[in-house]
Amino acid sequence: MLWLRRLGRSGLSFFERLGRAHLFLLAVIAGLPSLLFRGRLLLLQLYAVGVLSLLIILVSGLFVGMVLGLQGYNTLVDFGAEESLGVMVALSLVRELGPVVAAWLFAGRAGSALTAEIGLMKATEQLSGMEMMAVDPIKRVVVPRFVAGAIAMPLLAAIFSAVGVLGGYLVGVGLLGVDDGAFWSQVQNKVGFYDDVVNGIIKSVVFGVVITWIALFEGYDAVPTSEGVSRATTRTVVHASLAVLGLDFVLTALMFD
Amino acid sequence: MFQNKNIEILVGMFVTAGLVALFVLAMKVSNLAAFNDGDGYPLVARFDNIGGLKVRAPVTMAGVRIGRVEAIGFDDETFEAVVTLSISEQYQRLPKDSGASIFTAGLLGEQYVALEAGGDMENLQANDEFMVTQSALVLEELIGQFLFKAAEGGADE
Repeated sequence: MLWLRRLGRSGLSFFERLGRAHLFLLAVIAGLPSLLFRGRLLLLQLYAVGVLSLLIILVSGLFVGMVLGLQGYNTLVDFGAEESLGVMVALSLVRELGPVVAAWLFAGRAGSALTAEIGLMKATEQLSGMEMMAVDPIKRVVVPRFVAGAIAMPLLAAIFSAVGVLGGYLVGVGLLGVDDGAFWSQVQNKVGFYDDVVNGIIKSVVFGVVITWIALFEGYDAVPTSEGVSRATTRTVVHASLAVLGLDFVLTALMFD
Repeated sequence: MFQNKNIEILVGMFVTAGLVALFVLAMKVSNLAAFNDGDGYPLVARFDNIGGLKVRAPVTMAGVRIGRVEAIGFDDETFEAVVTLSISEQYQRLPKDSGASIFTAGLLGEQYVALEAGGDMENLQANDEFMVTQSALVLEELIGQFLFKAAEGGADE
């Protein structure tokens, strides 16, 4: 009987949390118009979320592209199809790896920072302090971070893909001797703007919204102790990464039939 | 923390870098610049069998891409495949008796529509139909014919 009760309790608390997360999202969306009068806050958050994530995105993008170039070449050269190397690198980056890997890095680099920051604000009662001064912490703290995440993520994913294609080009053309003109003409022939590039951007916007939502909610809902904040930060990275994988499957199934 | 001015410059650089990356993806990586699929005029070709032809497959003349396959339909009165081709606006002077064939790029490549110019003085107008068409080669039929001929040859001897 006891285990049944435990199961019921954990189920109830799971759904309570899910409900709180959605109410939180609704409150954030309701607070979006207030950002129009607070452009300065958005700028600061774009710096924290976007500019500071740039280094890891650039380096990983370059190396992912270079590894794709090396590995793809080894397989394609057996079929005498090494000119298709660019197509393989560009399509896998633009459709899948760009949005997904950039989203993981974003969750690890920016999402965890957001959770820790807001969790600590809660633990040190800064959020209650704001409420005491009749400042809505959702509008003042959460909304600018949410919008910054949703804007920064597609830009970061685009940078990741572009740098990755460049990395594949450097390895394929520079190191392995694939023909320069054939590389680009094949890429332009096979990669569609609306079918591939735009779908990749849509994916990264969805990932940006979901990761930032998870990160902000975990911080806002954290147990206000040092242990609680550390757990919330871990949960952000784990849940956001899993959510990206799951959503990626759904979006891929919808987009590329 | 930096001064506010530096933050503004850095955020500006970040957004610019993102937009430049998008521009590169659009112009250099994808086919947006290479071929504008938007404006073209339709021509209709009827085939007995289109094999594995897909919508958006290229339409070529003398090996040069001049359009793409717009739509593929089926006529249940003549039991033919109705393929609508979208030809780029700049190629208006295709002779009226031009032919359309479905070929395969390479041995296992994708299928495309190749047009051969005829000798008529009049030109094809929008929504005109091709008079001469040649269906896709279906490998199974080819092998079947070959086996049939081989068997026939064996019986003669």
